[in-house]
Amino acid sequence: MKIAQKTIKFLTIAMVAFFTATTFASGTDKKHDDQNDGGRVNTKEEVEAYILHHIKDSHDFSLFSYTGDNGERHHFGFPLPIILWTSEGLVTFMSSEFHHNDDGHVIVKKKGLKFAKVHSKIYELDESASSISFDETHHPTNAHKVLDFSITKSVVGILFIGLLLLFWFSRLAKQYKTKKVPTGFARVLEPLVIYVRDEIAKPNIGEKHYRRFTGYLLTVFFFIWVLNLLGLTPFGFNVTGQLAVTACLAIFTLVIYTVSGTKGYWMHMVWMPGVPVLIRPVLAIIELAGALLIKPFSLLVRLFANISAGHIVVMSLIAIMFTLKESLGVVGATGLSLVLSFFITLIEVLVAFLQAYIFTMLSALFIGMAVEDHDEHH
Amino acid sequence: MYNLIGAGLIVIGAGIGLGQIGGKAMEGIARQPEATGKIQTAMIIIAALLEGLAFGALFLGK
Repeated sequence: MKIAQKTIKFLTIAMVAFFTATTFASGTDKKHDDQNDGGRVNTKEEVEAYILHHIKDSHDFSLFSYTGDNGERHHFGFPLPIILWTSEGLVTFMSSEFHHNDDGHVIVKKKGLKFAKVHSKIYELDESASSISFDETHHPTNAHKVLDFSITKSVVGILFIGLLLLFWFSRLAKQYKTKKVPTGFARVLEPLVIYVRDEIAKPNIGEKHYRRFTGYLLTVFFFIWVLNLLGLTPFGFNVTGQLAVTACLAIFTLVIYTVSGTKGYWMHMVWMPGVPVLIRPVLAIIELAGALLIKPFSLLVRLFANISAGHIVVMSLIAIMFTLKESLGVVGATGLSLVLSFFITLIEVLVAFLQAYIFTMLSALFIGMAVEDHDEHH
Repeated sequence: MYNLIGAGLIVIGAGIGLGQIGGKAMEGIARQPEATGKIQTAMIIIAALLEGLAFGALFLGK
């Protein structure tokens, strides 16, 4: 037991050190680039643009980029497929055709249609237009959005984690057929599975019904947790910080507790027994709004805001070494940002678990409210 | 400008609320150490609800 604890401690520290060190490795490239530019770019603006770009989903997987001696921009990464549903039907091409352009200057022609990418969104240009133009609020005037089913960076992250979890847990399940105690990595997963079952599902849903929902709770827990941890690696994923992803997870929970609600649950929602008849419609409105809107909304906003805020804080602290370079010197600024981002990353590892736990816990709580047996006497 | 003041007010309110939750939970644990697990669970749920509210307000105010 003691050895196991020490190993876990060591692994955590090593992991955090690795995350910080590798993020710094890509940060150093940027500093180099800064010096080459001879102060041509405004560092603060560039850092802000970089962070905002990271928070969003993107159509290509870029690891880092720098400006070469001849002033040319070099990008490292790989392109991802773009799949669009337009008026002409399905259009597919690789994101490399945009040449890492994100302000709509590069026009890609496919099937007689013209496409431009502006802030990670793909627009279809009108037939007469040859280049994209913007109004004062930076919205394109001669182009419209198309249905975008592209394999974006977040989709790659979700597919990767999905396959990884499938691999881990199918191996864990297979081991129970031949032996009682799992070996290898499955031994790390087993206590977590039991934890979710005994500490989250059982007390919140109740002995009678918890088995039906444990599968969903386990899936959601591991999905969020591993994706949160993936967001801390230097590959630049921000999957659980996408509103679409968290909204989808919250809608799953909403559908599950709405569909499995008992008669008593619905009675208490639309026609509350034991209160004066005149108050019942008012209570019904409040209860319905709470169950169908506020509960899923709070679930999705909490996860999205926590993870996005965490990413912004970590990247801002790393950016300290560029923004405070003049006043603190290279060594001082780098040291300060190393220390600060190390500890924030440590906290983020904790937050990654805590957010997965809270999402699962609240899902279990909402499901438990819906399926519990009401006694009819009040 | 006004949304920044609003964001500040939200954070102050959420801070007071979280302090109350954490402080009372500590008191409860000190009085009844054997109920630590239950108190912690309830504390985290309420903190999460509060946090959801605060983030929702910040998100809408932005």
